[in-house]
Amino acid sequence: MAERFLMKGNEALAEAAIQAGCRHFFGYPITPQTELAAYMSKKMPKVGGTYLQAESELAAANMVLGCASAGCRAMTSSSSPGISLKTEAISYMAGSDVPALIINVQRGGPGLGGIQPSQADYWQATKATGHGDFQILVFAPATVQEMVNLVGKAFDLGDKYRMPAMILADGMLGQMMEPVEIPDGSNTELPEKPWATNGHQNKREHNIINSLYLTPQALEKLVRERFERYEIIKKNEQMAEEYLTDDADIIVVAYGASARVSHSAVDSARQQGIKAGLIRPITLWPFPTDTLAKAAEHAKAFLSVEMSMGQMVDDVKLAINCSRPVEFYGRTGGMIPTPDEILQQIIELGGEK
Amino acid sequence: MFEFKHLTIILGHYGCGKTNLSLNIALDLASRGKRVTIADLDVVNPYFRTGDYREMLEQSGIRVVAPVFAATNLDNPSLPAAMGDIFEPHGDEYAVVDVGGDDAGAFALGQYSAKINSYEDKDIFYVVNKFRSLTSTPEDCAEILREIESAARIKATAVANNSHLQELTTPQDVRSSVEYAKKTADILKLPLAFTALESKIIGGARDISPAYEIRRIVKPPF
Repeated sequence: MAERFLMKGNEALAEAAIQAGCRHFFGYPITPQTELAAYMSKKMPKVGGTYLQAESELAAANMVLGCASAGCRAMTSSSSPGISLKTEAISYMAGSDVPALIINVQRGGPGLGGIQPSQADYWQATKATGHGDFQILVFAPATVQEMVNLVGKAFDLGDKYRMPAMILADGMLGQMMEPVEIPDGSNTELPEKPWATNGHQNKREHNIINSLYLTPQALEKLVRERFERYEIIKKNEQMAEEYLTDDADIIVVAYGASARVSHSAVDSARQQGIKAGLIRPITLWPFPTDTLAKAAEHAKAFLSVEMSMGQMVDDVKLAINCSRPVEFYGRTGGMIPTPDEILQQIIELGGEK
Repeated sequence: MFEFKHLTIILGHYGCGKTNLSLNIALDLASRGKRVTIADLDVVNPYFRTGDYREMLEQSGIRVVAPVFAATNLDNPSLPAAMGDIFEPHGDEYAVVDVGGDDAGAFALGQYSAKINSYEDKDIFYVVNKFRSLTSTPEDCAEILREIESAARIKATAVANNSHLQELTTPQDVRSSVEYAKKTADILKLPLAFTALESKIIGGARDISPAYEIRRIVKPPF
């Protein structure tokens, strides 16, 4: 269906996953991602797929681990508190080199928090989606169309590097509606997975999917190999969008819904003659350090805008080796910054006219 | 100018534009000098709801009745006692009721079905949008109304065509949707009340009749 439709972000994520060849969804309801599971429940039976509402988030995430181990494109989705419950299984997936897609439509936290949009799970997604030494791929769409495009990318790169991938969205993106074109997935070719536990038919050695290692030497060797792979990913898979950065003195760094608001603020600053620009990280891990380091060669200051108390701001400082001042502005608890608030910050940062 | 009845109930699939249409009808009636109450009867949707526009509505003299915990973090669908009052005639007062999406959202309406069914001067619009992926064929669209009617225990009285693609909508898009809306209405054996058209494209779509002019009120904060 290459026609254009009006879709909620949550629905678009679901449809894009189906078009990307995913036929196995395991979930547990939570606001504000419910439409994603609801859409899957309506659509999966029609395409010969499985929609399964598990007894808990933990169960759902472990079903994904099992299903993906058999070589299927499997996914789960949740919102912040539910993702915390899934992190054990995500760590097991990373430790077993099993690719799968996890979607987090973030809401306010900590604890049960609230049901309004948030970006306070940045640290969880990029630093510790569970225990142990590992990373997952993290994508941060800013439009409903980009949600569609990144779902396919997340599945593909997850398969390529044999690791879990996350779409880190927020309640605003999940709930808002925009026109989208969804690629027709009838020609999607899924990669061979010779490692999968899908029956050896007496034609090959049996495969084992496992994250338990009996000697520390073996585990260290494996983790080191995994981290060599992470270095390749950091080199090849960074994604960011730059807006009016070429001559910018003040560069706002924002992702997801915050980037949408920041975009408006940068436009207002330009109308006032202030040289402002925007860098929008699209991959949060790997973080687009190259784009930021390059911008630091000419920019005078950076402003990280987030719907949190300040999490990505640390990665901005690391990316530019603290070579320029990096300020932070955020709202939290389910509040969204306004373009005017961000403009005020840009002006206070000394944006010259 | 569309002549609205004293009670207008807005039903439809998730995201077809029920809240935007409800707000437009309430503001339209208020601008014609009518006394208007708008009821946010959506107990399933956390964002983009009628209750979010309380300030703007009250400034236009419109009374807002919303779930007790609307616009808070509490996922608790408790409805105020005043909600029941909406479904009884009150002289020259008008009421517009914005119901939640699909059968899940319409379920809450069921408790008022006896009152609604005995209310004479009413329209129950089934709002349709051709550009929503799960209701893009008249057959799928008609099926969703049957589920809604079964959950809400009331019958729609007309189809309202609200097909649009936000700012990308062209007059041709809307023109193509009229046939879809008529087909849906035929399957449901209902009349097509009107096609809603945004002010900025109405000039290029004068041939569409009956049309109802609306503006886009519900949108994200950027």
